[in-house]
Amino acid sequence: MPSFVESWSKNAALEVQEYIRLTLAAVRGAFSRPLYRHDIIEQLDAVGIGSLTVVLLTGIFTGMAITAQSGLTLDQFGARAVVGRLVGASMIKELGPVLTALMLTGRVGSGIAAELGSMMVTDQINALRALGTDPIRKLVVPRMLAGFIMTPVLTVISDFVGISGGWLVARFQLQVNSGLYWSSVRDGLYMQDVYGMGLVKPFVFGFIIVTVACHVGMRTSGGTAGVGRSTTVAVVAGSVLVIAADFFVNQILVALLY
Amino acid sequence: MPADLTLETDARAVLDEPGAPVVVFDHVELAFDDKVVLRDVSFTLLKGHTKIILGASGSGKSTSLKIITGLLKADAGVVWVNGQRVDQLNEQEMMAVRADLGLIFQEGALFDSLTVRENVGYKLYEESDMPLDEIDRRVEEVLGFVGLAEHIDKMPSALSGGQRRRVAIARAMAFKPRILLYDEATTGLDPITALTVDAEIIKLRDFEGVSSIVVTHQLRDAFYVATHMAVRGERGEVQIVRATPEKEREAEFLMLKDGVIVFEGDAEALRRCTDPYIRSFLS
Ligand SMILES: Nc1ncnc2c1ncn2[C@@H]1O[C@H](COP(=O)(O)OP(=O)(O)O)[C@@H](O)[C@H]1O
Ligand SMILES: [Mg+2]
Repeated sequence: MPSFVESWSKNAALEVQEYIRLTLAAVRGAFSRPLYRHDIIEQLDAVGIGSLTVVLLTGIFTGMAITAQSGLTLDQFGARAVVGRLVGASMIKELGPVLTALMLTGRVGSGIAAELGSMMVTDQINALRALGTDPIRKLVVPRMLAGFIMTPVLTVISDFVGISGGWLVARFQLQVNSGLYWSSVRDGLYMQDVYGMGLVKPFVFGFIIVTVACHVGMRTSGGTAGVGRSTTVAVVAGSVLVIAADFFVNQILVALLY
Repeated sequence: MPADLTLETDARAVLDEPGAPVVVFDHVELAFDDKVVLRDVSFTLLKGHTKIILGASGSGKSTSLKIITGLLKADAGVVWVNGQRVDQLNEQEMMAVRADLGLIFQEGALFDSLTVRENVGYKLYEESDMPLDEIDRRVEEVLGFVGLAEHIDKMPSALSGGQRRRVAIARAMAFKPRILLYDEATTGLDPITALTVDAEIIKLRDFEGVSSIVVTHQLRDAFYVATHMAVRGERGEVQIVRATPEKEREAEFLMLKDGVIVFEGDAEALRRCTDPYIRSFLS
């Protein structure tokens, strides 16, 4: 039993060490030459445009659902009119960033792990090295940049369609006046932690999702079965880390802002 | 300082001469965890010569080629490639050595998101300053060389196994490395296609002066490469003919078993060998 614990913690430490090594190399690679511009643009497109539909759908349904529910709760206090404030703040601070990140983990994280994993087991990564290319610069840097840049952009879009979805429900189901809804959303946005939370989180999440997926993909071994395992690990580890990071970013920002 | 400089230029000059040692394995050892793959392996590849590595699967043939290319590091021993200690170079320094090394991977390892053209020209498009139209011309030239000119715009997944193998050879030779390492380039091919691949290996060696390491466990192909040579006919056409005895001695066989070399010698010596393991491998 102790030997099991020992080997487990040794493996975990090794995994973390390798992750940090890869991440540092990728960050260094993003700020030095050669940069593979073509691959960066391709990844920005794949991550950004490719994920738009999922993010729009998740955003609008989430916004509609929380508006309908908040309406019921607020009615108990006769405060239905301020529903916009609640929807705006929770969408921007919490639901927009977290749900977008979870969707991207499923869509982008799994894709990266599967692609890099199969390149690994078919020796394509070794072929890159043999042909004089650093796989970190060619494969990891473009994906890391795309995740880091596109996750916040997609989150803002998700926030916006979520609040708009909320308006639909507020206006037509809760019978709240449109002007009232939007001005109450605006009131909600004046709270100082909204921008902090809403803008810091997606950068952190985007970075976590792609770096974890790249790390898992690049450590794939064991043929096609290994690729399947890597894909699962990238999604599970990515999702758990996103939710854990959400809690810690909350704590840190609250400590810093108040 | 001047002494060092002359030493270095001397070394360069020596390496450019025919018969210079371009790849040297000196007591190389490698184990994965507790599984020993190479116990004690030493050999030398001379410039313009062919080393044919035989051995059962799992005997460490691919691993040896990866050590030469610096994709794996040996646990012990010294590895020289073109006068550089590759066992001591880091990944960055290794890139310069790799510029003169072409490796044909066992399964081809073509980039499946790129077309045949982009695969073959990969190093020139991505890692060189060569003008685009010159690269295009070079890519078309090498694809013509391996007889695949009409497949230039296909994806690798649309090609047959033999065609993919030849694209892999084209990719490895496109940047004109002077050392080519073939990892089972003919395994799993039908005999006719295998012979065309063997002919490529022979042509590159005899016309371009490439030094080659040919890994295989197909004896037919091994002997074909060892005992034939490429010449130009009267009208400049390429002919593959029986090698002269001197030429035949430039191809050396090497058999790996349990992490050590159990046979080393030319085709004639291999045919005459009486060791029971090698005889069973030959039959
Ligand atoms: N990355 C690796 N990790 C662990 N074992 C490996 C690895 N690569 C190769 N091996 C093992 O090393 C041995 C030699 O492999 P290889 O050089 O591919 O043999 P072959 O002669 O068939 O080309 C095999 O037993 C293989 O299982
Ligand atoms: Mg092999």
